[in-house]
Amino acid sequence: MKIAIASGKGGTGKTTISCALALAISDEVTLLDCDVEEPNSHFFIQPEIERLEKTFSLVPEVDAEKCSGCGECGRVCQFSAIISMGKKTMVFNELCHSCGACVRICPEGAIKEVQKKTGLLTIGKKDHIRFVSGRLDVGQAMSPPVIRETLKYASKDGLTIVDCPPGTSCPYVTAVKSCDAALLVTEPTPFGLHDLKLAVETIRELGIPFGVAVNRANGEQNRISEYCEAEGIPLLLQIPEDRRVAVAYSRGQALNKVMPELHETLLSIPVQLQSLTEERKVREQEALV
Amino acid sequence: MKELVIISGKGGTGKTSITASLAALADGPTLADCDVDAADLHLVLEPVVQTSENFISGRAAEIREADCTQCGLCEEVCRFDAIENFTVDLLSCEGCGACVEFCPVKAIDFPEQNCGVWHRSISRHGPMVHARMHPGAENSGKLVSLVRKEARTMAEKENSEFLLVDGPPGIGCPVIASITGADAVLVVSEPTLSGEHDLQRVLELTNHFGVQAMVCINKWDVNPVMTKRIERLAGEQGATAVGRVPYDAAVTAAQVNARALVEESEGEAAQAVRTMWGEICTKMQ
Repeated sequence: MKIAIASGKGGTGKTTISCALALAISDEVTLLDCDVEEPNSHFFIQPEIERLEKTFSLVPEVDAEKCSGCGECGRVCQFSAIISMGKKTMVFNELCHSCGACVRICPEGAIKEVQKKTGLLTIGKKDHIRFVSGRLDVGQAMSPPVIRETLKYASKDGLTIVDCPPGTSCPYVTAVKSCDAALLVTEPTPFGLHDLKLAVETIRELGIPFGVAVNRANGEQNRISEYCEAEGIPLLLQIPEDRRVAVAYSRGQALNKVMPELHETLLSIPVQLQSLTEERKVREQEALV
Repeated sequence: MKELVIISGKGGTGKTSITASLAALADGPTLADCDVDAADLHLVLEPVVQTSENFISGRAAEIREADCTQCGLCEEVCRFDAIENFTVDLLSCEGCGACVEFCPVKAIDFPEQNCGVWHRSISRHGPMVHARMHPGAENSGKLVSLVRKEARTMAEKENSEFLLVDGPPGIGCPVIASITGADAVLVVSEPTLSGEHDLQRVLELTNHFGVQAMVCINKWDVNPVMTKRIERLAGEQGATAVGRVPYDAAVTAAQVNARALVEESEGEAAQAVRTMWGEICTKMQ
């Protein structure tokens, strides 16, 4: 099973919870850091690094000798990433989505694809945790290609925890849609609730079963629990507001040591999400019948 | 008119709370919320919407079942695994149009997509442009560019001294779209290992695009040693440290009351933000 740890709002505690889950479980588990713009889970896992792997996207390269300047490539490109001016065809790599349409359309066979480096994967291990962290190169605009490369390291039949990027658009969707279930992390502030609603709306579009975790719960979490109750969303974890947690986080220390009392709850999360996915399967089968 | 963009690299460091306070401190600024994935500034500033427009951007493929011969070429050309059983998964479709172009019987439509909505509004601190992406929609970078362009036009019309832009987290396309060509950015950081790591990356980005960067550290007293490290890092990267804001329960209380911190509180954090605004004004002159 693949579990996405996600949120609309940034800084709610996705990484804290992803790492706490991976550390709490004693069986083999894979942790993928897909927050490739700002990956941080390595601080809390401290993996032994086995190897680094560069990630690439394909971009077109035009053979000026063969190019007739017909402009077909520019016509099919939806992203203005390739343009012919007279006999000269120019490529703007940073706009290219690697769809390959220009290569396929070129009547002269003048375009081939070359690799452009987009990021770096760090691959390692810590005790029972297989660890892969994706990292977008600074200056690169598009994170989904690096996220997709990171996701290739998901475990085939074991448990995978995916630390997702914040937001509700392409990076979030790319990371979450490959998962079987999700835990949406929020905080009991008006911003937290507002962005939770956006994340819920998006995940419902994706049709993935999910629960909610509240971080920095301080007695104000009524607004979150009321919302979850009204929407029929299970509240799977509450981490109380505690300065010790903030200080430990600032030093790169995992939640597990600061709040050992959360251990059983953490262990129950994959179990509860698993049963949500099974309930969904049953409902889908019933719908088919 | 000076454009200041508030970004953070790491999410949840307090961009929006600080932007709201700067909006209250500046004299009649124009405001823009470019965190179009999870826009929150309107929760504090409660703007009254004047005009709303759909954000139409990009296209997505749609196979006409009646005309499809099920040859499978579309599935072969699609690089995004968006076509299965002669149906397009709209959430996976990149809008590249390769399938549309190469379908031998032209059975694939390619309609424009409504990706969100954007507003021109009036808030109690000045005119404001803000937007909302539809869930899972593409092209957030283009929506950011649109919001900034409209806000700049508005700022010029209103003769605002400042355009304050609440930016998105991260370092990817919406952030690049938020900062290119701005007069300065204020990076809101936090004194944590993650905060330090993410600040390094975001300052590499501002240097890459040649934008003047200032740094402030929110909740600095959670880890004073790390605060010093981060200020040193900022200096090494050519950025100026302009303020330290202490942890203060008044920040959340203000958010709950839909007020900016400096409107609600005379406490330590509010004082720190006032002092910082003075620094920023000096630096941007």
